Amino acid sequence: MSVLKNARSERCAIGSIVQPTAEHKGCGASGGRGKLSCGSQGGQGDLPTGVWEKIKDHPCYSEEAHHHYARMHVAVAPACNIQCNFCNRKYDCANESRPGVVSEKLTPEQAAKKVLAVASAIPQMTVLGIAGPGDPLANPEKTFKTFELVTKNAPDLRLCVSTNGLALPDHIDTIARLGIDHVTITINMIDPEIGAQIYPWIFYRHKRYTGLEAAKILAERQLQGLEMLTARGILCKINSVMIPGVNDRHLVEVNKAVKARGAFLHNIMPLISAPEHGTVFGLKGQRGPSARELKALQDACESEMNMMRHCRQCRADAVGLLGEDRSAEFTTEKIMSVDVRYDVNARLAYQGKVEQARAQKLAAKQEGLAELAAEMSELKLLVAVATKGDGLINLHFGHAKEFQIYQLSTAGPKFVGHRRVDLYCQAGYGEEGRLTTTIGAINDCHAVFVAKIGGSPKSELLRAGIVPVDEYAHEFIEKSVIAWFKSYLEKVQSGDIQHVERGDGAIRQGALSSVA
Amino acid sequence: MPFKIIASQCTSCSACAPECPNDAIAEKNGTFVIDPKKCTECIGYFDEPQCAAVCPVDKTCVIDASLPRYDAPANGPRP
Ligand code: SF4
Ligand code: SF4
Ligand code: SF4
Repeated sequence: MSVLKNARSERCAIGSIVQPTAEHKGCGASGGRGKLSCGSQGGQGDLPTGVWEKIKDHPCYSEEAHHHYARMHVAVAPACNIQCNFCNRKYDCANESRPGVVSEKLTPEQAAKKVLAVASAIPQMTVLGIAGPGDPLANPEKTFKTFELVTKNAPDLRLCVSTNGLALPDHIDTIARLGIDHVTITINMIDPEIGAQIYPWIFYRHKRYTGLEAAKILAERQLQGLEMLTARGILCKINSVMIPGVNDRHLVEVNKAVKARGAFLHNIMPLISAPEHGTVFGLKGQRGPSARELKALQDACESEMNMMRHCRQCRADAVGLLGEDRSAEFTTEKIMSVDVRYDVNARLAYQGKVEQARAQKLAAKQEGLAELAAEMSELKLLVAVATKGDGLINLHFGHAKEFQIYQLSTAGPKFVGHRRVDLYCQAGYGEEGRLTTTIGAINDCHAVFVAKIGGSPKSELLRAGIVPVDEYAHEFIEKSVIAWFKSYLEKVQSGDIQHVERGDGAIRQGALSSVA
Repeated sequence: MPFKIIASQCTSCSACAPECPNDAIAEKNGTFVIDPKKCTECIGYFDEPQCAAVCPVDKTCVIDASLPRYDAPANGPRP
């Protein structure tokens, strides 16, 4: 219980930081604080200490924590109160998770037991989120009941909830009372003209609204909910889905509006849309953005505010660290048949070790940065890294379901996103088609860092102009890419190699299945 | 007594059940079903049938033409 109390008093401290920005009204291009350093960069940077304390072990908010801590989502909320053109409700909500995948629906009791079982088996599991498949706040009883049952037994878990925002202003008190410390609101527009192209209808106060009227109510409720939460000192992250030709340029305005209302992080995600998902956008042939378009928009917004670049749009019932998904180990059937002993102390001891590892990693990075400080160059390039966590290059090229993308410059390495790829190495051998997909996904990178790689993919990569690097196997990512970049710069300067710009990368459209 | 849910189209999202003013909707064998004896077409409560308004699948909560339309009592909705 004491853990919970701490979390609460901490919140008051943050309230005073966030509050001043919460009063801006109207379509707010004005106001707001200076830019905060990006949570995805890895360290505290110039984030206020109170905010950093709350997010530093939250895998969804800090890219760096994503390597060490795990989050879990439970699917207790199937109903929704709006319709989105990027969503087909036979599947999961496309806001936080992806279309095309179905989560197992649980009762609050089943969900609470599952959470305890997973947290006992995976001590890095620090965050419980409810994000769908529908809208958690359109299912308030189920959502809040689940949180209540969980906090009773596992007071050390952090709670977060994602919502489309329509019902949000009605539930602020409950959110505060339950000690939920992060809320994600998906805001795709603040202009009803644009909203009408994204949302065909909403169900609000016993009525179905369509068109401009629907979008206007939704946008107002979303911003009102955001203001009410930040006024209470509850951290708010904004998710936006980038839909080329619909809201892509408009999201810069959205970014300003949410920043002015005290949101601490903005996560712009690519539209995932394929005809087989059966969504309105999918059927219309509305395309998603390319990797370069997405990055350009994130860069444009970054001068305004923290961008979150590592969200991998997990499924609503995802369990695990980084790209991995261990939900198959924790099916309802398995969970319900076991007795769970929840041991807070064992969990804390484990998390202590994790903190040591994080400190080591940071020291290694500083060391690398010091070496790089002497270099002078305008050159910027992207590299891909195969990792399964702990901040290490520790994954076989053929086993990577996704790659982390770092931008390298003399300012140091900067995490800019991740790319999902088809699992290239299945049952021990690779298939040509899959390799092509992988190369397409990291086509804008100059090199790919792996723990190991086979001979044939190696030569394929080289032919595509991407250098496979395995010399840094099982070493820290940041230190390694710095060392590699340093020698790259030296070779460019001495004329050994010629630096050429790379093409664009593709964003994979299918669903990331749990066990591929 | 007239709304029904077309079972083959229902996604079992459960959105309709809590919206019904007459508590007429419940889950049965994986899909949602309206009890025709309880449904009043929302007459006397709301301007539009709530189940149809909230349902994400078009034409899934529809009038059951095989039954007579609900006849609203002159003095307001049933208790
Ligand atoms: S959906 Fe995004 S924010 Fe949530 S756990 Fe996955 S990566 Fe983190
Ligand atoms: S029409 Fe109204 S009363 Fe009838 S089932 Fe639907 S919500 Fe209930
Ligand atoms: S709202 Fe529609 S799809 Fe959802 S349970 Fe009710 S009838 Fe089925």
